Amino acid sequence: MRRLLLKSFVQGPLTEPAPARDDAALAELATRAARKRLGRTLAIREVDAGSCNGCELEIHALGNVFYDLERFGLRFVASPRHADVLLVTGPVTTNMREALERTYQATPDPKWVIAAGDCACGGGVFAGSPACAGGVAAALPVDLHIAGCPPSPTALLRGLLALLDHVSAEVAGAGDETRKG
Amino acid sequence: MDADRALVSREDWERAGERLNRGERSLVSLWGEPGIARMASMDPRTGQCEVLAIVCEAGRFPSIGRLHAPAIRLERAMRDLAGLVAEGSPDTRAWLHHEAPYPFLPVEGESLHQIAVGPVHAGIIEPGHFRFTANGEAVVRLEARLGYVHKGIDALMAGASIERASTIAARVSGDSTVAYSWAFARAVETALGVEVPARALWLRALAAELERLANHLSDIGAICNDAAFALMHAHCGMLRERVLRAALGGFGHRLMMGCVIPGGMQDDLGAEAEPLLRALLALVRKHFPDLVEIYENTASLKDRTVGTGVLSPELASRFAAGGYIGRASGREFDARRLPGYGPYDSLKLEIPVVHAGDVNARIWIRIREVEQSLGLIAEILDRLPAGPVRAALPAPGQPCEGIALIEGFRGDIFAWVRVGSQGDVERAHLRDPSWFQWPLLEAAIEGNIVADFPLCNKSFNCSYAGHDL
Repeated sequence: MRRLLLKSFVQGPLTEPAPARDDAALAELATRAARKRLGRTLAIREVDAGSCNGCELEIHALGNVFYDLERFGLRFVASPRHADVLLVTGPVTTNMREALERTYQATPDPKWVIAAGDCACGGGVFAGSPACAGGVAAALPVDLHIAGCPPSPTALLRGLLALLDHVSAEVAGAGDETRKG
Repeated sequence: MDADRALVSREDWERAGERLNRGERSLVSLWGEPGIARMASMDPRTGQCEVLAIVCEAGRFPSIGRLHAPAIRLERAMRDLAGLVAEGSPDTRAWLHHEAPYPFLPVEGESLHQIAVGPVHAGIIEPGHFRFTANGEAVVRLEARLGYVHKGIDALMAGASIERASTIAARVSGDSTVAYSWAFARAVETALGVEVPARALWLRALAAELERLANHLSDIGAICNDAAFALMHAHCGMLRERVLRAALGGFGHRLMMGCVIPGGMQDDLGAEAEPLLRALLALVRKHFPDLVEIYENTASLKDRTVGTGVLSPELASRFAAGGYIGRASGREFDARRLPGYGPYDSLKLEIPVVHAGDVNARIWIRIREVEQSLGLIAEILDRLPAGPVRAALPAPGQPCEGIALIEGFRGDIFAWVRVGSQGDVERAHLRDPSWFQWPLLEAAIEGNIVADFPLCNKSFNCSYAGHDL
């Protein structure tokens, strides 16, 4: 194990530079009402509301060494009570709707909802199924849509970074005198 | 794959159930549509599959679950999806439909307490509910309740064009998108009598082995992570990302979604693919042995995995458990070998089998299969035939049926399809290996401590989406 640790130490980091913020995401976020500041860190609660698990695979990848989500102050948390953001995947199945709504209610204000993936954005290939609501917006107010089937880790990261910028921009806009991270 | 399809009497249907009970045949799937119930079973020695159908008068048919427990959940799903009632079934609760309050099985005894978990879990995983009954730290019973990600896939498939149905099949379980697409495509091709070009078959195997490699790598890391050994997770995550990037370069999609279609492949391999894939093989071959060595020589990690979550060979065989779960408990079954399909019949493939049935065994099967997949990918790149990658699908003329059994990373995926005379899908059924693996998780956890559940669960890594349909 020492050999492996030493090699990792010598070879230099694999982590890649941050991608650009998604302009479309910034534009979408600009239409949302301003909320209280959170500083430059966001706690994310992921909720699978009927995904095929493809989105989860790419959300998982955000934690790997190439994307290293936590360097941006973004982290996944185990409980909605610790979360600022709900990252929701799937077309919102009838069977998950109540659990999703209760997760939202358990998340303290201010909070943001991201619909991640084509299913979450509008039902995707499952649109029109009587067993699905057809997207997150049918159940919750959505602040940001990230398309893709599944969205690549880079696409997810660009959306999340746009949200991070938006959250700190809201601070300036609201004239909040407290420190901006 | 050869198959006999026949409409049978009640007596023959029940006799088929008794043969399952005696272990003479393995249950492959059980499904229905209004008025007809169908059952697929396999001869475990020859891999020969047989599909029986029975007319359900007044929507009823004799329960197979009464004779053979692995059929019970499939019968409960048939009631939800097709309105068919299994007469004499020992469990009549709804399964995929959640309208009614759900009565969990009663548990009685001294000093027992219950822990309810889910459907929203602490990690980034799919939703399901687990009801633990524990005595102190030891799990006395686990009962899973699934169906939370039920999307109505059977209903969406019925009447869809083959193209649309294939798009849906690719999204039944995202981690197995190549295997699902292949299973659905092969069932359609069998129904229509289409010969797939050789190059397309080899490319399918290439994609399938990349998928297996990516999933096994992330599983090995994630199981170790559930024992708080994050180093392995980080390194396996790095390797997995490399596999996905190579897949993107070769097939144009990180998960290779939509690459396998009925008739062949959506596109040929990208021009840059071969050097990219060879570089990937070299990289994984260089790094992976170090990780295996760390796994094998870290006593604190092995302490968590050895002897944990033991699944007996008897249960694995009775439930015809596929994939690494079966092969870690002595069931030497791999659909690539038996019933077998091209191009694996001309590729070098060893099927690793161990008998211990614990978390450690399931990790070792994955390690061996990573090595196998690396060999297969190299051989495919060496011998990839030239030629077209797509054959046109003929008009069927009359309704026709086809079945297929394809080995995904998690086990054998069964597909059945009936194509109507207009060339649309009249009905389709896709059976995830998880149907027979989820109940075994409940057995494997018994007597283990609650804290070892994540470890056991991850070592099984059953699909929620594939099961809930």
